[in-house]
Amino acid sequence: MKNFLRFMKPGDWAMLLLAAAGTAALAPIAFSGGAAEKAVVRRDGVVVAELPLTQARRIEVAGAMGAKGTTVIEVQPGRARVASDPGPRQYCVRQGWLTQPNAIAICAPSHISLSIAGRTGSHDSLAY
Amino acid sequence: MTASPIELTPTADDHRIARYAAAAIALSVVEAAIPMPLPGVKPGLANIITLIVLARYGWRDAVWVTLLRVVAGSLLLGQFLAPGFFLSLAGALASLVALGFAMHLPARWFGPVSQSLAAAFAHIAGQLVVARLWLVPHDGLLYLLPFFALAALVFGLANGLAAAKLLEETASIASRPAGATNDRT
Repeated sequence: MKNFLRFMKPGDWAMLLLAAAGTAALAPIAFSGGAAEKAVVRRDGVVVAELPLTQARRIEVAGAMGAKGTTVIEVQPGRARVASDPGPRQYCVRQGWLTQPNAIAICAPSHISLSIAGRTGSHDSLAY
Repeated sequence: MTASPIELTPTADDHRIARYAAAAIALSVVEAAIPMPLPGVKPGLANIITLIVLARYGWRDAVWVTLLRVVAGSLLLGQFLAPGFFLSLAGALASLVALGFAMHLPARWFGPVSQSLAAAFAHIAGQLVVARLWLVPHDGLLYLLPFFALAALVFGLANGLAAAKLLEETASIASRPAGATNDRT
């Protein structure tokens, strides 16, 4: 180890200190991961699923329309959508991908809603 | 129909670049076999070669060796044109730019370690920018930043020291006239 220390010129030490300080300054990011964004699925206002927006997933939720079909929620990194719903007018499906915090898609006939939560957003609620 | 042989006459420069690139490719293949806790974190041993070439033959040769290593290394590992290839390419280009600046630091104060650290941090920066813009368009990726930075710190230091050591040990070879006798060492 001592052998290698002789390769360290004064500027190298300075550079190493700078790099180490930079790395240390970034460290808090690693511990702030608890409030990651997620997609929240509710039925009749009750949370039925919370999916982190970090990995792609597809889930089926049984809504109020019973035998007519289930609602399919699709999550991809950074976004979520209602992929299909048995409702007659398809408003929540046609809304497409939700990416903004607090955006919400409501499938009224199924009593199901999908919203994005977790990060402090610039809006209290977003619907189209 | 007559055969039309295409003749390429490799110069001494070509031979030298190819030899260093071969060493760098071998190191990339070797390190691909080392298991790493995080995808994308690698020691970057091939950068030792880049640093040596940079110190001995300048930036142009370092660019050649590095780009040849990225392309040929990815071919060998079956990664060519896969996402991993573009990540290494982005990292390599960013670190070459950083080396272009770092090599002009006064040699009296700054050695290969400084260059290596600059290259390592530029490498993760380049990779993360491409990954964020294209592969994982989501801020969640930035949670990995501290881990990448730590890896750059540790491996940047280690590679810089290794390059310094190798440059010292092979100083006698390098002091011979360039291109004349280096072929058989």
